[in-house]
Amino acid sequence: MNDITRHSAAELSHALATGELSAVEVTTAHLERIAEVDGEVHAFLHVDGEGALAAARRVDEQRAAGEELHVLAGVPIAVKDVLATRGLPTTCGSRILQGWVPPYDATVVARLRAAGLPVLGKTNMDEFAMGSSTEHSAYGPTRNPWDLDRIPGGSGGGSSAAVAAFEAPLAIGTDTGGSIRPPAAVTGTVGVKPTYGGVSRYGLVALASSLDQAGPCTRSVLDAALLHSVIGGHDPMDSTSIDAPVPPVVEAARRADVQGLRVGVVRELGGEGYQAGVRQRFEEAVDLLVGAGAEVVEVSCPHFDYALAAYYLILPSEASSNLAKFDAMRYGLRVLPAGVDEPSAEQVMAATRDAGFGDEVKRRIILGTYALSSGYYDAYYGQAQKVRTLIARDFEQAFQQVDVLVSPTAPTTAFRLGDKLDDPMSMYLQDVATIPANLAGVPGMSLPTGVTDEDGLPAGIQVLAPAMKDDRLYGVGAALERLLLEKWGAPLLAHAPVLTAKGA
Amino acid sequence: MTGTATAVDEVVDYDEALRRYDPVLGLEVHVELNTATKMFCGCATAFGADPNTQVCPVCLGLPGALPVVNERAVESAIRIGLALNCQIAQWCRFARKNYFYPDMPKNFQTSQYDEPIAFEGHLDVELEDGEVFRVLIERAHMEEDTGKSLHIGGATGRIHGADHSLVDYNRAGIPLIEIVTKPVTGVGERAPEVARAYVAALRELLRALQVSDVRMEQGSLRCDANVSLRARAVDGQAQDDVPLGTRTETKNVNSLRSVERAVRFEISRQAAVLDAGRPVVQETRHWHEDTGVTTSGRVKSDAEDYRYFPEPDLVPVAPSRETVAQLRATLPEPPGLRRKRLQGDWGYSDLEMRDVVNAGAVELIEETVDAGATPAAARKWWTGELARRANAEGRSVEDFGVTPSHIAELDGLVRSGRLNDSMARQVLDGVMGGEGTPTEVADARGLTLVQDEGALEAAVDKVIAANPDVAEKVRGGKVQAAGALIGQVMKEMRGQADAGKARQLILDRLGAA
Ligand SMILES: [Zn+2]
Repeated sequence: MNDITRHSAAELSHALATGELSAVEVTTAHLERIAEVDGEVHAFLHVDGEGALAAARRVDEQRAAGEELHVLAGVPIAVKDVLATRGLPTTCGSRILQGWVPPYDATVVARLRAAGLPVLGKTNMDEFAMGSSTEHSAYGPTRNPWDLDRIPGGSGGGSSAAVAAFEAPLAIGTDTGGSIRPPAAVTGTVGVKPTYGGVSRYGLVALASSLDQAGPCTRSVLDAALLHSVIGGHDPMDSTSIDAPVPPVVEAARRADVQGLRVGVVRELGGEGYQAGVRQRFEEAVDLLVGAGAEVVEVSCPHFDYALAAYYLILPSEASSNLAKFDAMRYGLRVLPAGVDEPSAEQVMAATRDAGFGDEVKRRIILGTYALSSGYYDAYYGQAQKVRTLIARDFEQAFQQVDVLVSPTAPTTAFRLGDKLDDPMSMYLQDVATIPANLAGVPGMSLPTGVTDEDGLPAGIQVLAPAMKDDRLYGVGAALERLLLEKWGAPLLAHAPVLTAKGA
Repeated sequence: MTGTATAVDEVVDYDEALRRYDPVLGLEVHVELNTATKMFCGCATAFGADPNTQVCPVCLGLPGALPVVNERAVESAIRIGLALNCQIAQWCRFARKNYFYPDMPKNFQTSQYDEPIAFEGHLDVELEDGEVFRVLIERAHMEEDTGKSLHIGGATGRIHGADHSLVDYNRAGIPLIEIVTKPVTGVGERAPEVARAYVAALRELLRALQVSDVRMEQGSLRCDANVSLRARAVDGQAQDDVPLGTRTETKNVNSLRSVERAVRFEISRQAAVLDAGRPVVQETRHWHEDTGVTTSGRVKSDAEDYRYFPEPDLVPVAPSRETVAQLRATLPEPPGLRRKRLQGDWGYSDLEMRDVVNAGAVELIEETVDAGATPAAARKWWTGELARRANAEGRSVEDFGVTPSHIAELDGLVRSGRLNDSMARQVLDGVMGGEGTPTEVADARGLTLVQDEGALEAAVDKVIAANPDVAEKVRGGKVQAAGALIGQVMKEMRGQADAGKARQLILDRLGAA
């Protein structure tokens, strides 16, 4: 049965279309795989076997009835627990939402269901997507399938690990400063943050509204493109959604052409602080692109040096306001203050928020509350917005010279669980290369470049394109993926250690 | 801390207060728009629905839900701004006003902060004696209403002392426009009058724009009155260069009369505080309609920090010049000018016109006259009979189900001689009871003046014969005495006779004409 879980979504789609496999068989195989390995990996917070099988059965019936189906119909998917799912618990990795079952589907989820993708369950994440290791989940960390003592990246470690561990062929992640891309890099998978506004945020529980974007987590560039075209496109329920067709991502992935493409290597992303093996695999990948006919130049984006600082003012500011709604009044956790008779609403709110939020969330709420306070607003939030404008300008100027930008996705390979828990600054630096794209709203993709010599763990390359030119990511990504595959002879994940159920 | 209702504030005599202090007003009016749907979601806005039946993930602030701006509300906001002679922003954003309160689902209110949709305007306000005062408008901005808390138990219906609270989110997300004046200075002892006249003029304007129900008693128009005092110079002159005094903001002012009374009370109260050498506390105060006093509410310092920042879930509002020009073309005739025109057309006295305006009956009368009634009859019905019934029942004339065309039809029946006044009132009962149009009611109830001269003559003769004493008086020239005979003739005719005709016939018979 495990053969099924090794297939890409595109392969499964073909097998389903030809009748070689049924959707129920595919979904069952993945549910069995989850049962087998998720005790170790802990990619899922909630598995919905019944719901997924029901959806799979419906697809099989529709196919039997000769109905026209979406290309991914019957291919199961895992969804990050930050997206509202009707009838399925949605916790955002937080205790404060324990037990909340949304009465509605996020637009992304609604589109998945409409296309016939069975939802296997909800994946683990850092609490409210705040973190770079998935260790800040209130429900325990997810482990990296390459080395169970290491982190899978974050905040969407659950989605990337689920895909890397063959528990799901596809997953949805969300990326606010890099929550899709670095997890993809450290798990040897593909992750895409679409253009801001390219995928609806309706039903995505907001961390930072102006930065959040949902996107695909997959094992191949073509799979990401197929998924991107399911979830992308205008949504009248999201005012910031772009009213334009989804860029031709699938076509670009199939064409996989970089001939004559101008590629800019970002000088500010890749020097000091980047692990030697990560840099080496990155440079080799760039050389492969040159060999395939791309022109490579170095490009400077001087304001990227201030991106992390600006990000850690804008994100907490928005988050402090977005997370105010979690107050025990209408849903989720309610904690009564100890030793208080007839507590007031304010006392219940305070006690609940104290018990329901983890330290990292509290840290950022305090930071954001401070940055927005009168007398500090201009110096912090206001100044950060100016930096944001300058970063967007850096991108504009760079894209006048080149078609895409590239850098290593994350400065290091996966670190050990617990290594950076007491050092928030070093944790934040994991996203140093991915944050500029969120600040400017441009799309980015991470794909594997190989494993490093020093630790044998995966590293990734990030490709960035101008807003609404997401198709360029897929063209470059698919071309590079093909060149690397030729070099390796097998997908990178074929080299990952085999997971078996411990003690099962 | 909440002031208890038992603590009675000292006040000084109003005229006394005005001799020593010069009042400065600031008026903040919240207007609920009458759009079919809420500000940021598709939920209905109808007043009076069962609690929490007009809600959705957006207006309940459920995790993940996002707002979408109601374009109709933006249009209304721009039209209000234009009617207030404001400039309209070419580009402006919503902002989040952050504070925790159980009736606010997101714990922030989506509002506007330093980029209001409309700013720098004015409204000319006519006082009772005809003097016109120009109130400068600082801004008009868009925001969403909060839910409504109902505090159960405790004495006051307020949160302190309540056993528990219930929250109705039907109101959460209803579009509001907040209209803020610049400080109103130089009005002296007329401050309460100006405050009232301003709110009345604003209400009239909003009604003419048809953007709101403007019902103060239902909260669709709410006024917060800011009052401060500054000392007059020794010679009693107002001092414009002196900084403004500490202000209080009085809430819960739910009628025009209350606006005037609340301002007046605050002037007297603050004067007493200042006379005693104490500072006025900057706070929110609560108006009590029944006792006519304000009591201390929340202490409100300038340090209260709402951490405003631009709403990242919404895109900026950027009305084009063309859109603004199109909306300007939809503005109604300014109520002041319109009033003058209609008064001339209708031939009303100043006093009659003021009654009509104060009763909010200008549109009703206009429609009634348009439907064929005489202006005098239209005024008599709407500000007389119907207003009286509404007052007696504590309802609004709009709730009676009586339309201007009903009244015009009723007037037609009276003028054609089919009905007399008392019969017309019976017909009105029927219309209000849903029995149909005036003609249908009159037909169904068999109400019609008897046109048969013979029957009337017979009744007159019968009454004269039965009352020789009275008849004699009339013959002797006491024409007033005929009233008693007319009454009896009408009774004889079961009310269905023309009283004028009866009178004429009696006088003819008795040779007194
Ligand atoms: Zn709603």
